[in-house]
Amino acid sequence: MNNRDNAYDIVIVGGGPAGLAAAIYASRDRFRTLLLERGLIGGQIVNADQVDNYPGFPDGISGEEATGLMHRQATKYGLETVNADVTGIELNGEAKLVRTGSGDYTAGAVIIAGGTERQKLGVPGEEQYTGKGVSFCAICDAAFFGGKTVAVIGGGNAAITEAMHLTKFAARVIIIHRRDQLRATRVDQEKAFAEPRLEFRWDTVVTEIKGGDFVQGLRLRNVKTGAESDLPVEGVFISVGMRPYTDYLKDIVPRDEKGAILVNENMETQVPGIFAAGDIRHNSGLQMITAAGDGATAAMSAGKSLRK
Amino acid sequence: MSEPVKIDEISDGNFGKIVLESEIPVLVDFWAPWCGPCRMVAPVVDELAAEYQGRINFAKVNVDEDPKIAGQYGIMSIPTLIVFKDGKPFSNIVGFKSKAELKKNLDEVLS
Repeated sequence: MNNRDNAYDIVIVGGGPAGLAAAIYASRDRFRTLLLERGLIGGQIVNADQVDNYPGFPDGISGEEATGLMHRQATKYGLETVNADVTGIELNGEAKLVRTGSGDYTAGAVIIAGGTERQKLGVPGEEQYTGKGVSFCAICDAAFFGGKTVAVIGGGNAAITEAMHLTKFAARVIIIHRRDQLRATRVDQEKAFAEPRLEFRWDTVVTEIKGGDFVQGLRLRNVKTGAESDLPVEGVFISVGMRPYTDYLKDIVPRDEKGAILVNENMETQVPGIFAAGDIRHNSGLQMITAAGDGATAAMSAGKSLRK
Repeated sequence: MSEPVKIDEISDGNFGKIVLESEIPVLVDFWAPWCGPCRMVAPVVDELAAEYQGRINFAKVNVDEDPKIAGQYGIMSIPTLIVFKDGKPFSNIVGFKSKAELKKNLDEVLS
């Protein structure tokens, strides 16, 4: 398995802002660098039409454009990119073996920057009705619920943004939150409270998603009183947060109780030669700029580890 | 790496001919321009189109331009990938899925 074509100095898992910033730094330091991305280059930020808080863009920039520029920058310095999904990372003596659905690669150092995925509710009916009324993407699916009654589960910024988007299509949007106050930014909360098509169910959790061929309703429970009730809805949008995309890693690097990879301030994991950056790492700031910062730090640490 | 294959955008008018009357299975990618995950899965679908050329055909339906077909197959979430075999839906995949997961599905269709 000593195929020179598949041997790299640094392999980066994930092509979002963290991976891309790492790619720029690694490539410019003349390391043979490979970026592996299973979907679209740019990661989740490509869903953002306008990013207003990434430094350097007073008029905002789309996530897609910003990450496109980052990728072009890294490629200019020699980055290689392959569209592949990483299924495992193994230690092979001093080297690391990165397994993907389309082949394996060896690396001197690996930077894990694979981001997060949507948190599920974990209630009966959720799997069964995904695509049949249960959705994890309001932007994608709002158009299918024109004139209908839908529920949004969650209380943070994402839930409020999704609920406000849905009010443009649905007749009624009901936010179901397990606490008695929202976690979202105040300005956005105010807009939500002022929106007539938005209703709120506080201190409430969903215990079951029910229906026939499609979603017909929710079984709810009040967490303070224990009282149960039924709410007829035709759509359920689940927005209860993100979880690190790390299940495939198993135990190769220590993670926190949420699955986020543990790192020090140099983005080093507890395994020499393996680094982590971006939303996937413990205590991430979850911003595009913090991800990019992590990526650069991780690449510099990886470079140091290879040249000592 | 196989040569890239262009995936046709189909509409209500030619859906029957290209999908339902096809002799080999057809994967139909239901998508819309505003849908981030749809754009994420697009390069994966493009690669699969090249790898399965001759064994499975690929087509795309823009649900914004063609809501009728989407409604006919009960699409309420995008991306949805439906693999049609002998004119009927054989498998139905909702949301972004990795290449490995999709290949598993396609190999099942062919077996």
